[in-house]
Amino acid sequence: MAVIDFANPTRFLKLANRLLPWLAVATVLTFAYGLNGALHAPDDYQQGATVKIMFLHVPSAWLGMFGWMLMSVAALGTLVWRHPLADVAGKAAAPIGAAFTLLCLVTGSLWGRPMWGTYWVWDARLTSVLVLFLLYLGVLALYWTAEEPGRGARAAAILTLVGAVNIPIIKFSVDWWNTLHQPASVFRMGGSSIDPSILHPLFAMAIAFTLLFVTLHLAAMRNEILRRRVRAMRLIQAQGLASA
Amino acid sequence: MNLGPHADFIIASYAVAIFVVAALAAWVTLDYITQRRILGDLEERGVTRRSRGKGHP
Repeated sequence: MAVIDFANPTRFLKLANRLLPWLAVATVLTFAYGLNGALHAPDDYQQGATVKIMFLHVPSAWLGMFGWMLMSVAALGTLVWRHPLADVAGKAAAPIGAAFTLLCLVTGSLWGRPMWGTYWVWDARLTSVLVLFLLYLGVLALYWTAEEPGRGARAAAILTLVGAVNIPIIKFSVDWWNTLHQPASVFRMGGSSIDPSILHPLFAMAIAFTLLFVTLHLAAMRNEILRRRVRAMRLIQAQGLASA
Repeated sequence: MNLGPHADFIIASYAVAIFVVAALAAWVTLDYITQRRILGDLEERGVTRRSRGKGHP
């Protein structure tokens, strides 16, 4: 069976039902390992124990951007191939991506207050991530308020593709402009500038958060397919009542 | 474990993260239960999808 065969909603539901319990267990175990490493990681020589916030903040930031990239690929599937499962994937990813972006903003503020002396500054990195969060809210509003789901999906897909330009702005904002936010320290030329005693728990937490995202996304896609079946059945029921 | 002078900020960050993750997990779980219940109700009333009625998966 080819991978494209799973684009059939019924086959996808069977696959999701089979995968979700395993993914949930893997997520819990990876979080247990990652949190153990994060809580026992040494203090940073400059930031002290507040470096523990990084184990939440950095994976949340990565997944906030990952969610939008996933939605962008799904938006192409909606607009170019008009595949219903692409729309399902985009719609299911939006609230999850928004939640991770919000978590990134809140933990960043809580980290910024003791380190920078302020919860918020209107610098390029912070502002571009806030714009990402507002874009997520815009996409959610389009999905939730459209009377005809297909029209809402196309409008959301267009906004998603337009908003994708913000992802490289977020990534390179610390290089292009003077910002209070530190430059890239994990993925950069010449290797990471973070000590392995802190970097390893960070990677473990990043894997745990990614597994959580995948699990939630798969579950939300399953729910969305069921919601569309409910809608289709209600329409059939209404047609039956009207013709009776 | 000594969280130092900024313990409040660290604890608040982890509390917010737990709340957000719990809210997401509750949302997908409750939504699944709701959709399954509605589908069950519709099927009990004899409503079937067209594709199923025609013998397709």
